[in-house]
Amino acid sequence: MKAERRATVLLAVLACALLVLPAFANPYVLSVATLILFFAYTGQAWNVMMGFAGQLSLGHSLYVGVGAYVAAGLFFLYGVGPWAGVWLAMLACALLGAVIGALAFRFRIAGVYFALLTIAFAEFTRIGFDHFAPLGGPGGLFLKVEQRQHLDLLALRGPPAMFYYVALALTAGAFALCSRLLHSRVGYYWQAIRENEEAAQALGIDVFRYKMLAILVSSSMTALAGVFFAFYYNNLFPEQIFNIGRSIEIILGPIIGGLGTLFGPILGAALLTVLADSSTELIGALGWDIPGVKQVLYGVVLLGVVMFLPHGIWPVLAQKLGLRR
Amino acid sequence: MDALTVVDLTLAGVLTGLLYGLMALGLSVIFGVVRVVNFAHGEMMTIAMYATVVLFTWLGLDPFVALLPVAAAFFGLGYLLQRGLINPFITRPEHSQFMLLVALAIILVNALLMIFGPDARHVQLDYLLEPIEVGPLLLDRGKVAAAGVAAVTAAALFAFFRFTLTGKAIRACADNHLGAQVIGLDVRRLYALTFGLGSACVAVAGCMMIVLVDVTPTLGPGYTLLAFVIVIVGGLGSMPGALLGGVLIGVSEALAGLFIAPSAKSMFSFALLILVLLLRPQGLLGKSA
Repeated sequence: MKAERRATVLLAVLACALLVLPAFANPYVLSVATLILFFAYTGQAWNVMMGFAGQLSLGHSLYVGVGAYVAAGLFFLYGVGPWAGVWLAMLACALLGAVIGALAFRFRIAGVYFALLTIAFAEFTRIGFDHFAPLGGPGGLFLKVEQRQHLDLLALRGPPAMFYYVALALTAGAFALCSRLLHSRVGYYWQAIRENEEAAQALGIDVFRYKMLAILVSSSMTALAGVFFAFYYNNLFPEQIFNIGRSIEIILGPIIGGLGTLFGPILGAALLTVLADSSTELIGALGWDIPGVKQVLYGVVLLGVVMFLPHGIWPVLAQKLGLRR
Repeated sequence: MDALTVVDLTLAGVLTGLLYGLMALGLSVIFGVVRVVNFAHGEMMTIAMYATVVLFTWLGLDPFVALLPVAAAFFGLGYLLQRGLINPFITRPEHSQFMLLVALAIILVNALLMIFGPDARHVQLDYLLEPIEVGPLLLDRGKVAAAGVAAVTAAALFAFFRFTLTGKAIRACADNHLGAQVIGLDVRRLYALTFGLGSACVAVAGCMMIVLVDVTPTLGPGYTLLAFVIVIVGGLGSMPGALLGGVLIGVSEALAGLFIAPSAKSMFSFALLILVLLLRPQGLLGKSA
């Protein structure tokens, strides 16, 4: 019980700190914090599939991209606002997830093969958008950047602090949802499937159904991240948003932070984003400013974590903080 | 569009496809035996391409000669990589292995970027410029030579696995890991040997590829994906499957460039991958599980 109380206190302190952050932070820190929240959210969404249900998706950029393109495209072509577009974006991604899941899980495609199937769908869609002229094709889709100081939540237009709070709300919502899911009947079914699919089936769990549920929840959650991305950055390029590199970026956070844990995706996103940014500063200060240095450093840290902390950083940290026995 | 162009392009696709096949063969051998998915495969290929560029521009070494030292070096590197880095991960879950190799791939791509910069490099061999005329057809001399090398290398690998004792031992490891240990095979050494052989395959493919296309550091991930598509289409772990998959993808890319837009050519490969995964998940020539 004591550990649980400590966790609640810690969570409350973190939430308060995040809520008042824009009052103290300069624009640079705010943009880094927004980016952290974006990756924490997408990581949380991916974690539902891999961390909870054990299905390795390496194509989550598909849902970010389709979510972004649906909402931005509706706004760009027909003037439909983001709050209406977001539903269609989620629907589109849930449908895509349903197609991929139905095909893969019916045909019992698992592990590496499933991962490759998800990559194939993402790449296929990337090339499709590259050749879809109404939304800009490879040249990109640009949303009009309006007066940034004027707050217009309905059109998702406003100062950087507004985007920060939207991202914070998304992350908090995802955290709450995942924490409920993880300790619900569905969550236990997922974990059973993750640990041993055959045993889960033998116990009477409808494996197909619950795997489908995982991909539906994960893909529609990720769609929201895409909508946020589109209106925050105002430009979309198929080459970037559907890139396999982005899928990898999404999954690094939860894996580094701690797969299947609730804090893992948040911790991982924070560490990786800060690492990437501080190494840029460090390299600039040392005068090693050649392209590639930063990523090499990033890769080395990643290698170290994967080798020496196979379960991620959060489980170790939680133990140190006395949150877990 | 006349029939002759189609035949010409198909032949060119077959030749490039054999080279793709050799690259994928390396991946297939590693996965088939060690059961580790080498997500840094394309990056290894680009390193071999750069190695050939360096040997060519500094020492004037012809790529068809350079492939011997490059392949030998890659064999050693692959051996050490498996022994030192990957072996502890054999019993870990797939995503853990994946992360290890992704981290490695990130380091490799960006180390190349640091050393060589983002500009494209190439090797030009004057004696390959003149095409070979076969009746009404024109064949690219470089492609014919590269495909020849790929075929010879693949044949050597087949022979190694079929006829040598070590090759048979490696196949035994792949068939039954525990059984291989029981009869006293040094599985760790055989795994390292296999990783070395797979690396040597991809090295030869890289040495030949640089004769046909320019290289930039960012080509790696694309080649990794391509190798995967080929291997899955042909059948993971099946050696003839990898070559067949390579040729299929090579031809489909060549023809897709003609019939659709050239930039959409890999859409075709991914569609093929999705189809094969759904209809015949073990691949065209793979044994069913």
